[in-house]
Amino acid sequence: MKRYSAMALLRAGLTGQRGWERAWRDPEPKPHYEVIVIGGGGHGLSTAYYLAKVHGVRSVAVLERGWIGGGNTGRNTTIVRSNYRQKPLHDLFDFALGLWEGMSDALNYNVMFSPRGALFLGHSDADMTQLAQRGDALRCSGIDAELMTPDAVHRLVPLLDMSPDARFPIHGGLIQRRGGTARHDAVAWGYARAADAQGVDVIQNCEVTGLVMAGGRVTGVETTRGTIGAGRVGICVAGNSGPVAAMAGLKLPIEAQTLQAFVTEPVKPMIDTVVMSQSLHCYISQSDKGGIVLGGDPDQFPSYAQRGLPIRLEKAAAEAIALVPALSRLRMVRCWSGTTDMSFDGSPIISALPVDGLYLNGGWCYGGFKATPGSGWCYAHLLATGESHPLAAPFSFDRFATGATIDEAGVGFMPQLR
Amino acid sequence: MTAPRRIADGATDSLRFTFDGRAMTARPGDTLAAALLANGVSLVARSFKYHRPRGIMAAGVEEPNALVTVGEGGRTEPNTRATDVFVYDGLVARSQNAWPSLNFDMGAMNGMLARFLPAGFYYKTFFGPASRWMLYERFIRRAAGLGKAPVDRDPDHFEHRAAFCDVLVVGGGPAGIQVARDAAASGGRVILVEQDALLGGSALRDGIAVPDPVQAGVRMMLRTTASGNWDHGFVTLVERIAEPGQQPPAGMPAQRLWHVRAKRIVLATGAIERPLTFAGNDRPGVMLASAVRAYIRRHGVLAGQRVVIATNNDDAYRTADAAREAGGTVVAILDSRPEPPAAEHPTFADAVPLAAHGGRGGVTAITARVGATTRRFDADVVAMSGGFTPVVHLHSQAGGTLGWREDIQAFVPEGGPEWIESVGSAVGEVEPIAPASAELPDPKHSFIDFQNDVAASDVDLAWREGYRSVEHLKRYTTLGMATDQGKTSNMAGLARLATSAGVTIPQAGLTTFRPPYTPLTLGAMAGADGGGHAAPRRRIALHDVHEARAALWQPLGLWHRPRAYPQIGETLHDAALREARAVRTIAGLTDVSTLAKFAVHGPDAARLLEMVCATGIAKLAVGRGRYTFMLREDGMVLDDGTVWRLDENGYLLTSSTGGADRMEAHLSYVHRVLAPTLRVSVVAQQEHYAGIALAGPRAAAILADLTGIEPPAHMGLARAKVAGVPALILAASYSGERAFELYAAGHDAAPIWGAIEDKVRAAGGFPYGLEALEFLRIEKGHVVIGAEADGRTTPHDLGLERMLRKAGGFVGAQALARPALAAPDRRRLVGLVSSEQIPEGAMLVANHGATVEGHVTSAGPRLLESGGAALALLAGGMAREGETLLATSPTRDRHVRVTVTAPVFHDPDGARYRD
Amino acid sequence: MMLIDCPYCGERAQAEFTYERTLDSIVSLDMPVEEVLARLFSRANPRGEDRELWRHTFGCRQWLVLRRHRRTHAIAAVDPYAPDDPE
Repeated sequence: MKRYSAMALLRAGLTGQRGWERAWRDPEPKPHYEVIVIGGGGHGLSTAYYLAKVHGVRSVAVLERGWIGGGNTGRNTTIVRSNYRQKPLHDLFDFALGLWEGMSDALNYNVMFSPRGALFLGHSDADMTQLAQRGDALRCSGIDAELMTPDAVHRLVPLLDMSPDARFPIHGGLIQRRGGTARHDAVAWGYARAADAQGVDVIQNCEVTGLVMAGGRVTGVETTRGTIGAGRVGICVAGNSGPVAAMAGLKLPIEAQTLQAFVTEPVKPMIDTVVMSQSLHCYISQSDKGGIVLGGDPDQFPSYAQRGLPIRLEKAAAEAIALVPALSRLRMVRCWSGTTDMSFDGSPIISALPVDGLYLNGGWCYGGFKATPGSGWCYAHLLATGESHPLAAPFSFDRFATGATIDEAGVGFMPQLR
Repeated sequence: MTAPRRIADGATDSLRFTFDGRAMTARPGDTLAAALLANGVSLVARSFKYHRPRGIMAAGVEEPNALVTVGEGGRTEPNTRATDVFVYDGLVARSQNAWPSLNFDMGAMNGMLARFLPAGFYYKTFFGPASRWMLYERFIRRAAGLGKAPVDRDPDHFEHRAAFCDVLVVGGGPAGIQVARDAAASGGRVILVEQDALLGGSALRDGIAVPDPVQAGVRMMLRTTASGNWDHGFVTLVERIAEPGQQPPAGMPAQRLWHVRAKRIVLATGAIERPLTFAGNDRPGVMLASAVRAYIRRHGVLAGQRVVIATNNDDAYRTADAAREAGGTVVAILDSRPEPPAAEHPTFADAVPLAAHGGRGGVTAITARVGATTRRFDADVVAMSGGFTPVVHLHSQAGGTLGWREDIQAFVPEGGPEWIESVGSAVGEVEPIAPASAELPDPKHSFIDFQNDVAASDVDLAWREGYRSVEHLKRYTTLGMATDQGKTSNMAGLARLATSAGVTIPQAGLTTFRPPYTPLTLGAMAGADGGGHAAPRRRIALHDVHEARAALWQPLGLWHRPRAYPQIGETLHDAALREARAVRTIAGLTDVSTLAKFAVHGPDAARLLEMVCATGIAKLAVGRGRYTFMLREDGMVLDDGTVWRLDENGYLLTSSTGGADRMEAHLSYVHRVLAPTLRVSVVAQQEHYAGIALAGPRAAAILADLTGIEPPAHMGLARAKVAGVPALILAASYSGERAFELYAAGHDAAPIWGAIEDKVRAAGGFPYGLEALEFLRIEKGHVVIGAEADGRTTPHDLGLERMLRKAGGFVGAQALARPALAAPDRRRLVGLVSSEQIPEGAMLVANHGATVEGHVTSAGPRLLESGGAALALLAGGMAREGETLLATSPTRDRHVRVTVTAPVFHDPDGARYRD
Repeated sequence: MMLIDCPYCGERAQAEFTYERTLDSIVSLDMPVEEVLARLFSRANPRGEDRELWRHTFGCRQWLVLRRHRRTHAIAAVDPYAPDDPE
């Protein structure tokens, strides 16, 4: 792998940018791999990278139906944080956050992780108590969390409507300063390039159409580019887990649902921090390019259409303007939809499945992007050793049957209520 | 170069506007772009990355270059296309993304460094710790962005409207008008929308009159853009009532967002002309041929005296004709085809533009390959035409598929939902072209995406580095991701990619089209729901009564309830303490109107309630009530409340305020889906009745005094008049004192409140709010939905298991059997006491740094003694009774030693409920 | 925003309706625990048609069964919910 650096860029500038090599190869599938990862999103690619890098498993293929990073990796709001209330969640996501902090260097690819702070606003004393509780749980786990007064919030985000009679008055906030944003596409590309350099085959335009079973065990996959054998097969296709699991005759505690987000035309810096809300499903950040990225409510019914309800976007705009009135004249330039893998307790599944040799990483609901490196790390551990990584052990497939669910929102098993 | 100019036609300028402070004049009907050209302005903007000087390229919404900031204060609209704002008197426009000025822009330094800043350069550098990246990022962020967002609140309002029609025609050009008139003639309700201020579309630039659709019965909406095409004939339109930055007429919104449901949608969205790719094709003065013609014919503006046409199709010849008619000189027509049509202009066959020359002010000459020679032509304007791309955005948004047309080198609508059809140039009825030549001597300065400064060399680099999927190309180079979303650049990008790949354009693929067609203000999206209306405020029936008593309000979901009634100089906490102590020692009254209430009637009412409630119902005697709770199907506590048997077959069920809608749906689900044969009716009555709770040692006496009846025993009920108003009286207590809830029709309830308040105050008591209620219920150990019952707790976790109906048969009974729900280390309800206030939400640990074993769910003061009390969920629950723990809140720096007790601190035997 | 042809009210915008669950995840109170858990906590989740229980919550409040394609959003049928509906 030709290393990227400022010097390399300067040298290339003098030679017409001719010297760069392909970021990743375009290999033909081999007949057999030790591990096949189905799904070339950030999670699948990071899994492959850590399989090779951490566990020395280099006979790995990532099979991607279309182009890498084309699913939810490229359809989110790029927010990275770990400040969940429930311990199994914040432990997993904070491990991921630690990996985010060194990701650009580790991959030699600038993923533009920018810890500009992830701020939750509280709109009542009750909100503030909830935020304090969350912050206390985090601090007791050694994770940074800081309550902010309304004044401090105002200094950080001067365009917020701080008036006491605002529809959602701002009573303060909880900030995770290590949280922030990253460049989503770069995460897929960076992992693909680094995994490729470790010998992993990243195979695009290769759709898995069936599983090869022998003696009750998965021994490979059927694809649009032929049959490929494998020691272990890891499903990593959040947003499409149901149809892939169905190839093994499995039904999952997962339902697909649409979540939309949108971005405005670029403007000069106006919001420097990721702004979210304790009681609204509204999140606001500004990209490096200058667009204000906004997200809102999921569509609350099952869908794979990647086409959402306009009224959800309109509500998100209304809430965003209520919080930041100056957004009124900015213009949405593009909206997009992801198909979220809504699990039945709101938490992911990183687990062996009831079919030998088959594993699942999915159910990330609308929070998978921020977990990318931690998800890949834990899934690689599972695929390499057959044992769950301790951080991923609570996220088992059987927790719904046993009752050990991890329900951050406390709303139960109906995904549309989440 | 010679500046553009207005063609003498006798009309006069009557509008004043400014650009960068310079006062200018315009004519009604001028776009800002037309007016700027007429005033001789050719440098209008700077590009995003290299800050290259840019002028006006197009005459419509596809304009990539001429972005300006329009308006002042809260009406400021950055990034407004000068081609898509009509000049009004007093318009203020400013250039953007240039410092210190448009003419001398320091940002242009980036252009000199362009060789070091190719597509995606930022992925290859700025390594080191995140803090270092953030340092670089600060500069990148400042350099990025285009215009400046307003700071002030928007002074205008926006609104949403709905419309229904048989046929929605999008596009008021000749094809759209024809379809609309025909549809109206056959009797349908027809809406025709046109984004421009005039009908005519392409006919406007050709000076052709179009028939009047309104006279044919069509509802016409001008200045209205179909921005999104969603499911099942649902289209969002945005109607501009005021131009960007313009004050709307009094009482009118600035813009309206329309939700239209159409049985049939006809897309007559036209086609957009493509630029040609050659060095310097982004210079001011290099324009689309159709735009040059539109400025002449529609606005009477000749963009430059000496005109060179560069084309691969016949349409641009009309521009040559128009330029000559307007008094311009057609220097040359450079036609890439070997056999151009006959024309009365100097025409060169097999002629391909190579480079446009000039400076900041614009183009002065163009070099072209003509046959085997290279020739240079002087020019003030270069009118280029690379053919026309049908506008398929709306077709594609709704799931329509596309097919490739070799003769026009463009995609056209193919399959799709049956209610959508495209007509006219949107289906490819445009001039055939000669495919673009691949010769490009200077790919670094041959721009493809003008606004984002993506040159042909960037596309080539992305290809070499393996970003070969069209989506990767787009995301790596940012091609097509500017505010124009690639309207003029996508096809050229694809063509370049296909050339590199050695494949055809359809093999190279196409990126997806997503709403909106043109950028849409968030204000219009939000409509009247922006700002203060983003969520409704629900007011309780006695809102004004509490307001008159200077209540502090507390939001609870959408409801607003009194939190306390502070006296002058009193803090919230002190007021709540005073109020709560009055309840403990004398009496108080509070508003409980928002509790969910369901009237359940019918011979099978008890059977339905026994399915919904996890506690015994059937044995409840007429005239009695009891506490109950309901489970989700997964066994977790869903809600709680009380159930009252009003008569043989009639029950009243109450449950939590916040869960009212959820409980309504749940009752309906259980009844209509699980047990539809039950003979029972359920009526949700949350808002029908106002509820007033009277509580305290003197409550029974006050009630007797007011009603003249013997107050019902605890958990009994009665009916009586208070202040002449009939009320249902339920002897229920939340506070732990003898108490009564009085329910009366909402609009009649104020006299009841008044009468009770008089008696309470006379006895030395007070009205009390939610804060005091919270203190009282914590001391009594009542759990609350959302605090203790947080959606993760079972009845066992909350100490309610003894109330569960052993026989089961209620929702949630089966899932309670799951093994992990019986794990000994589950967090279960306990009480905590301390000599000081316990921080609500704090974590419970043995000592600092130890593992978290639980958390404080609610905390309050002891009311009649010192210290604090709290409810908590603690691993192991009451098995830990007597242990000392630390309630720690690092975020608030409060750490309090607590002792684990039973979760009831006041009158554990319920003695105070008895008279 | 789909258009749902409520058998009681006629064609209405999707915003008036709420999705409840798939027909095969309805759990009666007399089912054995294993079946309850299987029905509550797993879904076919097809990239095609499924039978879904919806409610016209902001309309007639009736329960409806939609046969709906989850990729195209085409609705093949809307029927009143009937308890003996075969799954």
